[in-house]
Amino acid sequence: MKRFLIFLRDWIDARLPIVQAWDTHMGKYYAPKNFNFWYFFGVFSLVVLVIQLVTGIWLTMNYVPSEEKAFASIEYIMRDVEYGWLLRYMHSTGASVFFIVVYLHMFRGLLYGSYQKPRELVWIIGVFIYLLLVAEGFLGYILPWGQMSYWGAQVIVSLFGAVPLFGDTLLEWVRGDYLISGITLNRFFALHVAAVPLLLVALVVLHILALHTVGSNNPDGIEIKEYKDQHGVPVDGIKFHPYYTVHDLFGLTIFLFFFCAIVFFFPEFGGYFLEKSNFEIANPYKTPEHIAPVWYYTPYYSMLRATTITWFGLDAKLWGGIVMSLAIVLLFFVPWLDRSPVKSIRYKGWASRIALTVFVICFIVLGYLGLQPVTEGRTLVSQICTILYLAFFVFMPLYTSKERTKPPPARVT
Amino acid sequence: MSGNSNSTDNKVNTIRRRFLVASTATLGTAGIIATSIPFLRSWNPNARARAAGAPVRVDVSKIERGAMISVGWRGRPVYILRRTPDQLSALNQLNDVLADPESLQSDQPEYASQPWRSSNPEYLIVIGLCTHLGCTPKLRGTDLQISQQWIGGFFCPCHGSLFDFAGRVYKGVPAPYNLPIPPYFFTSPTVVIIGEDEAVTG
Repeated sequence: MKRFLIFLRDWIDARLPIVQAWDTHMGKYYAPKNFNFWYFFGVFSLVVLVIQLVTGIWLTMNYVPSEEKAFASIEYIMRDVEYGWLLRYMHSTGASVFFIVVYLHMFRGLLYGSYQKPRELVWIIGVFIYLLLVAEGFLGYILPWGQMSYWGAQVIVSLFGAVPLFGDTLLEWVRGDYLISGITLNRFFALHVAAVPLLLVALVVLHILALHTVGSNNPDGIEIKEYKDQHGVPVDGIKFHPYYTVHDLFGLTIFLFFFCAIVFFFPEFGGYFLEKSNFEIANPYKTPEHIAPVWYYTPYYSMLRATTITWFGLDAKLWGGIVMSLAIVLLFFVPWLDRSPVKSIRYKGWASRIALTVFVICFIVLGYLGLQPVTEGRTLVSQICTILYLAFFVFMPLYTSKERTKPPPARVT
Repeated sequence: MSGNSNSTDNKVNTIRRRFLVASTATLGTAGIIATSIPFLRSWNPNARARAAGAPVRVDVSKIERGAMISVGWRGRPVYILRRTPDQLSALNQLNDVLADPESLQSDQPEYASQPWRSSNPEYLIVIGLCTHLGCTPKLRGTDLQISQQWIGGFFCPCHGSLFDFAGRVYKGVPAPYNLPIPPYFFTSPTVVIIGEDEAVTG
């Protein structure tokens, strides 16, 4: 048996370099030995991606993407399909948890300067993944065809109508109708289950390939490749397999514990993961009392609502759309906006620390306000937070180059 | 094989290759653009959606003065109210009690942005969905005793929003904006096309 397996491996390896691939990405991939808590979230996002793909495929087996049957088919999955409730709750919880782990993963990148040279492409591919994830979540949210599905789509899709000159044409093109209808639902379904996931998986592969070419960063933000032993192995690196595979498996069990707790006991998560008004079928004649997107979009939704300027005779809605897009697009430029000689926050100065703290607070406050109905005071707070959010990026070249940094150590600590 | 003839060969090849690469790239790009057209066009509203969203022709001559009819357009009710001279003259007295008497915040075509909000003052044409939560307001007279300033108009039974005979919203009610006005034009004094501006059809 063992001889046969060895033969099989060698037979394949002569035709497809599987041994080399294993060594490059697992067995001889040297990761810094000083990874901390923050380094779990990359692996977690990968696991959640797999959960979403598998549960998603299973859900399509019973879901009907049509105006008449979509809502009923969700009820059918929940009540009649064996374990349908579990598959759906795993998928709906997975969506929210995906954003939690991805936000933490991105925060890790900002914290330790993982976007800096030579990891710019890893970061840029990552931002593309995040963008696709935002699109994927939005497209999927319309599928249950509940009130919030309908009106959330209505609010966001109508942003296309704010484009000057051909906004109305563009809006009709996106919806395929004069209002959000079954036609829109069908195309969003196609994008949600085929187009975006394909791109997403492709980009995740590129993200990891790029990472394994340049090597992982670490909490000290120094290059472990600068100190190698006589075999060319970084002295501060350890093999990904078995050390980090086992390490990550341990973290994963704790992560799955919380994941399952939500799936089994709090699948709606107090209306944050599954919004209450979405238990009512979509009704184009009845606008819900209060339209709020799911929590992971609310920071941007706040920015949209906070933008009340009408510069150059253009609609406030258009400026809102621009501010929202800018909030994500600026992420692409972070590798060049950060002019600091050091990567990690551990050795950066006070200005960077304050900037990052303010940025995170603003993001959370905007997220909270996006869930609340508008009042004058809340709009003002949103406006301040939006400006501070943008200022984090705009003034980054300034505060990262002027501040006094500490010299990073030669070896990891 | 001397070095000389070799370099002449290379020179000839380079020009031909550049030409071939450029023409392949140009034609290929043109081909991809042409191929993308059906994919992009397939996203446009299809024949069925266009038929369902087509403009509606209404003969308004049979509406009595002071009466209202409701027609469907793109899944929404469109109210056509034939106003009496009394109803029209009353519109001028309401500026202080209306939230947006000049319709600055509201949604209507250019030709319906006057205080009476219609191209032909006799006929008011509005979308009959409350700008609060999309209920359908009812046409009511002064028999409804709801406020001192109420002189009749549209009353939303869901949350009590009030609109005058031009669909303009009163102050202090839940609805934020005046009732929206769809695009429309009269082809004759008594026939109106709802859902299209006159300019579009020429």
